[in-house]
Amino acid sequence: MRDIAITLTVNGIVRRATVPGRRLLSDCLRHDLGLTGTHVGCEHGVCGCCTVLLDGQPVRSCLMFAATADGHEVTTVEGLAEPDGTLSPVQRAFAECHGLQCGFCTPGFLCTVTALLRDNPAPGEEEVVEGISGNLCRCTGYQNIVRAVHRAAEILAEER
Amino acid sequence: MKPPPFDYHAPRSVGEALEILTEAGDEGKVLAGGQSLIPMLNMRLTHPRHVVDVNGLTELATVEAGPGGVLVGALARHAQVERSEPVAAVQPLLRRALGLVAHPVIRNRGTVVGSLVHADPAAELPAVLALLGGSVRLARPGSTRDVAADVFFTGPLESALRPGELAVSALFPALGPRSGTAFHEVARRHGDYAISGAAALVVLDEDLRVVTARVACVSAGPVPVVVDVTGVCGGDRWEAADWRGAAAAVWDETEPEGDIHASADYRRHLLGVLAERALTEAAQEAGNR
Repeated sequence: MRDIAITLTVNGIVRRATVPGRRLLSDCLRHDLGLTGTHVGCEHGVCGCCTVLLDGQPVRSCLMFAATADGHEVTTVEGLAEPDGTLSPVQRAFAECHGLQCGFCTPGFLCTVTALLRDNPAPGEEEVVEGISGNLCRCTGYQNIVRAVHRAAEILAEER
Repeated sequence: MKPPPFDYHAPRSVGEALEILTEAGDEGKVLAGGQSLIPMLNMRLTHPRHVVDVNGLTELATVEAGPGGVLVGALARHAQVERSEPVAAVQPLLRRALGLVAHPVIRNRGTVVGSLVHADPAAELPAVLALLGGSVRLARPGSTRDVAADVFFTGPLESALRPGELAVSALFPALGPRSGTAFHEVARRHGDYAISGAAALVVLDEDLRVVTARVACVSAGPVPVVVDVTGVCGGDRWEAADWRGAAAAVWDETEPEGDIHASADYRRHLLGVLAERALTEAAQEAGNR
């Protein structure tokens, strides 16, 4: 059960860690790299709270080993805002539309929606609901989350 | 909810992966997309001594659509196959079925071949492979063998894959002329495993009479259950064929079990309804192609 030395680019910064093979990417981000913005809900791929972007694609970080991410790029919720702290359009839309209550599911939603709107800048209602169907909100605040996705699309279009 | 300890291997070539798997024997487990294996590890439902991560073997991330069908490499993700236009042109059932597999984020990571090897009788892709009469290619050092779908699935979460073997690709035959397919399922929550589902394939002759009509049932038994209903509707023109009677034959020939999600009766009822829907839609597609 040898530990494995890995190198990841997380939010643009090269990070190194030495982890056992069984270390989940979610735990590596939180415990080895101190990035606790990625939340861990169910740890079996149902809730979507731990969603991060792997080479730009949203994935469950609890359903991936840190060792598998060796050499890849990861973006967590901490990497969505500008370096000076300016919130991203998706983050601003969530704040504006009250798209979060307790905030537990928010990092996963933000990562999922960031990729969704990059791939489909003007999604219809059904595409939005399908796009976020893998993320659960325990406050059940879906109406405002859906509204926030549409608002984020507007902001992105205005700023383009 | 943490995986048990194991030795982690990240081979750099298929040859190296096969060597490690041969040595590990029945204590080895292949990790591809991990969307079924890692939840099982997290819940401690499986305890492999060796995990062989094939995510570095990018030569297996291939999707080839040709006249014979769609050849999907072991590392091709669901999303990659779902988005491929050549795949949708050669075998449209794949995109339809993949849209029913879990959620988009899971499909970014999960692999088609991994889903086949996982062999969950509630999953869509094993039913698709069984319906179309596809096959899975299994490799060991120095040799490969192709296993047809009807003998590949051997039980719930069990396949013909032997210890030490690596599933390197799967072949989904192309949709022929005057043929149509459809997939209908019912799940409690969007993206969940279906409590019941039916995929249908209908082939017509030049006079638009039914030559072949088959249904593959999801969550209806220990493996994907394929029912040939050509005997009920064969020879009839597709618009006039007795699709309700064909669905009743599916209903007759399957014995789904009840569990916490649905009673056996409800599952069977759904199967009849979904089989009729899928057959009618597949026939319509075949008639208009």
